[in-house]
Amino acid sequence: MRLLDDLARKETFIHRIHPLIKLLTTVVYLTVVVSFERYEIIGLLPFIFYPILIFAFAELPVAPILKMILLIEPFIIGIGILNPLFDHSKVLFGGIAISKGWVTFLSILIKCSLTVTASILLIATTGMDRFAAALRMLKIPKIFVLQLLLTYRYISVLIEEVSRMIRAYSLRALGQKGLKWSAWGSFAGQILLRTFERAERVYQAMNLRGFTGEYYTGDIAKLSFQDLAYFAGWSLFFIIARIYNIPILIGSLFTGVMR
Amino acid sequence: MSHHKIEVKNLHFSYPDGHKAIKNMSFSIYHGESVGIIGANGAGKSTLLMLLMGVYFPDGGEVLVGDVRVTKKTLPMIRQRLGMVFQDPDDQLFMTTVYEDVAFGPRNYKLEEEDVERRVMQALEKVGIPHLKDRAPYKLSGGEKRSAAIASVLSMQPDVLIMDEPTSGLDPKSRRRVIDLLKSFEHTKIITSHDLDMVLETCKRIIVIKKGEIAADGTAVDILSNEDLLNSCGLELPLSLQNCPVCGASKGKFGYIHEKIVVDKEAKKELRLTRE
Repeated sequence: MRLLDDLARKETFIHRIHPLIKLLTTVVYLTVVVSFERYEIIGLLPFIFYPILIFAFAELPVAPILKMILLIEPFIIGIGILNPLFDHSKVLFGGIAISKGWVTFLSILIKCSLTVTASILLIATTGMDRFAAALRMLKIPKIFVLQLLLTYRYISVLIEEVSRMIRAYSLRALGQKGLKWSAWGSFAGQILLRTFERAERVYQAMNLRGFTGEYYTGDIAKLSFQDLAYFAGWSLFFIIARIYNIPILIGSLFTGVMR
Repeated sequence: MSHHKIEVKNLHFSYPDGHKAIKNMSFSIYHGESVGIIGANGAGKSTLLMLLMGVYFPDGGEVLVGDVRVTKKTLPMIRQRLGMVFQDPDDQLFMTTVYEDVAFGPRNYKLEEEDVERRVMQALEKVGIPHLKDRAPYKLSGGEKRSAAIASVLSMQPDVLIMDEPTSGLDPKSRRRVIDLLKSFEHTKIITSHDLDMVLETCKRIIVIKKGEIAADGTAVDILSNEDLLNSCGLELPLSLQNCPVCGASKGKFGYIHEKIVVDKEAKKELRLTRE
């Protein structure tokens, strides 16, 4: 998470694009990727170009971001793993019969990986502040935006607090792995109470500095022609890739030539 | 200048659970004064600060800032004049970068972005951390966080600075920096602390609180050298006024008055160390 903040402070062509444009581009991307049918795999492939190009132009390190995506994979597998069990109808794929369940599973896996990657890239190239400003421009209620920002800021503090509690616990619970179930209740309660107290103090600190419910970020440059071109270009690509199955088109072009 | 005066009259406050935190407290703090508020844990120091800032409202009595009573209605004006630095900087630094945090106050007062930037940079330079402006608060060290928290209050250009334990949890060098910083401020200052040496250095006047009441109010030198008073209030003499930790010699005008005459080199070294 701290990594994302560092990456967002880089100065590249991608980073300089208006946050609103990046947000909208990502939304279009997500919508288009999700709109594919559940048996579609090949049509999804061109969409990998978007993250690859962003990685390249924004000069982002691939390995740490891939690690973040890997963290999400177990959940995705958890969602899709039952498909091969339920969907037994067969489909021929290059002469090999495979169950449709596996196809849908793979499709879910690709879709989720692409969407998660796109969202991470959005934050890594925009930063939370500017992302929040973009949300405000879209007239998202300020209370939600503020909630998001504060959650993001205080997750690290909360993690520290929890790890302190766990350390204190394990130092007095020798030869015991993890938390005993009987301690879970008081642990959760403690964390909740500490969170309340912290929230109260933070709110007081905000109030003392004139907070009235409106959240101001600095000026963000106006939309430029470049920004609009970026948005139009990507949207066009996404829509074309949605309507035409590009890998099959290219394939048939080659096989046509060979014939 | 009367408008910097802070007046507390017959203040009473109890927490919702019935605990009486402040009992009949009265004092005035004038323009340019530096006042240390000291007392044992739970004596009511933090509660008093919260009452001054209008976070809590008293059950009886009143707080006047300038000639204005602290009420819900006057809060915006009061809070522009009083700047409070919290004990835990993590409570105060809630934005994603130091710059944003220091800019939070001025932006809430709807200043132009140019003015905001000028104020932010002034405040950061004042506390000596302009190079940290784009860093995330949670990545800073304890001392840097403290400086950032102070800057976030200075950017609002308050008349009075109120600090809750400004040196708690700092290493000696960071503590020294904060003390020097506090000494350089010309604001009216109200500082609560258990770090009595810091209070001795930064404040001219001391108010001692014991169980929600004022136990003493006087000059720092008088109060901080009054061993009986401090002991009875759950405190002790500042370390710099205590006897030599090695031989127990008491302090004179120029340092410890050691009675031992130094004979060998080894002892000489030791003695020199304690003398300075």
